[in-house]
Amino acid sequence: MKILLQNLTKKFPGRGKKSSSEVIAVNNFTFEIPDGKLVGLLGPSGCGKSTALNLICGLLKPTDGKIFFGEDDVTNLPPEHRGVGLVFQNYALYPHLTVLKNITFPLENLRGADKLSREEMEKRALEAAKLVQLEGLMDRKPSELSGGQQQRVAIARALVKSPKVLLLDEPLSNLDARLRLQTREEIRRIQRQTGVTTVFVTHDQEEAMSISDMIVVMKEGVAQQIGRPQEVYDEPVNLFVAKFLGTPPINIFRGQVSGGRLYIGEEAVLALEGTTDREVTVGIRPEGFIPREDGPLTCHMTRVEVMGRDISVVSTHPCSATVSIRSIINAESMVDPDARTVRFSIKPHKLYLFDSETGERIPFTARVC
Amino acid sequence: MDNKNLKGWLYLLPAFLFLGIFMIYPLIDVFVYSFEEGYNSASQTFSGTGLYNYSYVLHDPYFLQAVQNTLLLVGITVPLSTGLALLISVALSSIKPLRNLFQTVYFLPYVTNTLAVGLVFMILFKKTPYSDGLVNLLIQTFGGDSVDFIGGPYWAKMFVLCFYTVWVVMPFKILILTSALASVSQTYYNAARVDGTPRWRIFTRITLPMISPMVFYLVITGFIGAFKAYSDAVALFGTDLNASEMNTIVGYVYDMLYGDSGGYPSYASAAAIILFAIVLTITCINLLVSKKHVHY
Repeated sequence: MKILLQNLTKKFPGRGKKSSSEVIAVNNFTFEIPDGKLVGLLGPSGCGKSTALNLICGLLKPTDGKIFFGEDDVTNLPPEHRGVGLVFQNYALYPHLTVLKNITFPLENLRGADKLSREEMEKRALEAAKLVQLEGLMDRKPSELSGGQQQRVAIARALVKSPKVLLLDEPLSNLDARLRLQTREEIRRIQRQTGVTTVFVTHDQEEAMSISDMIVVMKEGVAQQIGRPQEVYDEPVNLFVAKFLGTPPINIFRGQVSGGRLYIGEEAVLALEGTTDREVTVGIRPEGFIPREDGPLTCHMTRVEVMGRDISVVSTHPCSATVSIRSIINAESMVDPDARTVRFSIKPHKLYLFDSETGERIPFTARVC
Repeated sequence: MDNKNLKGWLYLLPAFLFLGIFMIYPLIDVFVYSFEEGYNSASQTFSGTGLYNYSYVLHDPYFLQAVQNTLLLVGITVPLSTGLALLISVALSSIKPLRNLFQTVYFLPYVTNTLAVGLVFMILFKKTPYSDGLVNLLIQTFGGDSVDFIGGPYWAKMFVLCFYTVWVVMPFKILILTSALASVSQTYYNAARVDGTPRWRIFTRITLPMISPMVFYLVITGFIGAFKAYSDAVALFGTDLNASEMNTIVGYVYDMLYGDSGGYPSYASAAAIILFAIVLTITCINLLVSKKHVHY
């Protein structure tokens, strides 16, 4: 089932008596989710990603705009008629019911022609449980399960009525680091196996990048960029997206384009064309640095961190907008940890220019100099 | 015993002393009294020990009347008041405007003076040479015959007593239940809504189990409170409850001690022990039932 969001807007009335200003949680959001894909809604806290999810599932009504499931306009349809399965951040498992009862709960609501017998319900519940590898825990209460198991019960409960769309709200945020890694693989596997169109919300960019077919980066209710994870990482449309994606984060410098060259401080680090002379914000991915004796960018060495496969060089530069610059380089390249300065040349495709006022990306072509 | 332990006991001593003197000793004493036959409160002597006091009380028609009244009162008012309170709390938590106003209105009886309440009930129900009372006026308006609720037939008096009891105990129950309902997380309701759960099913399968500990607490305390009813009957029917057939077990105990026919602490003690046994049995049954239906 493909989902189409058309100019979706959600405004909340301002809180408190004094402030009459309303909060725009989702602002003019247009986006098509292709059938059977796993899509990650990504953004910092309060960016409206959970609101967007609640709009898709129908718990919230949009102030403006339309939502289509396939060809059907579901904008005014209540959640129970949309055929969505929703997994809540805190799972919302009914604490007084066993795992089996929790999973069959949605099925018991089916009426009329869809009504199922008890055996049929249990069979379907068992299938769902098998999918999330929960067999053998059916008689437990949620309080007797670990966080990861509870999470899987929640997913099974959402999947048991074969929804057209599966929605996950911060599905991994209550799990510890190891379990998170495991569970995200699990979510990916379940999604592949069922082929259900899935939207999940997260503030963890690594999580979103690793399992999504597509990611939507949001900020203050506005979708900043939509695309395949690698695409968005490689070609961020603005400074926010560039900063938000990637660990370690991108390094930011104040720079200047002058006479076909990009200057950071006094040093011309790159020759380029296709852009006018101006003040710019320069973003360089950590993997965009190559240590070279005669490299154009001179940094003050702070320390070298050895991580086995790679080494991470931490240094400072007077024009850096961040406290330190972190570059990831191959462990085989020699960097003298006791040196006072380190010089780099820059991979042009790992360097981005942004307007220093608006943060919009400035296109350029690198020239060999 | 080490020093620390001794200190602990020392801290507990004041509470122990008070409880011992005013609770535990009297309790044991009541038990002892109930087996002392022919007790004379003037000379503080008794003629023998045995079960005669129990046999007397159990054959006393006034006591049997009191037991019948109490059981009726308990059987009617506990389910009725809890059910109504539940209904009102659910309604209260599903409205937004005027909720605070209604909450206050429903809580008013709790803070209202008993005498004022008695007066209100008098105006509502009492038949005087000048007026038949407000309720009778209503009944007459709809073409019925007026009923003497305070001095008339048994069922009319029982109705007033139950009505009064329900009205008095409800505010506290509503207070407890509204706060219990407010503590049920909204996400459960959202989850149920996404699954298309009908409202009634949400109530019986989610809301009720979630607040079941509180409902259970109210049922237990409601039972105990109703078994101990006495002052309500006095407020409505005066002190001679035996004459008006409206006595309760606690009223019987009181009459045996201080009433016109009083001066029999042994009979009073036996009646009190019987009441204790009844309450204990009911509470045990409650606990057994709760194991199955209450979810903590």
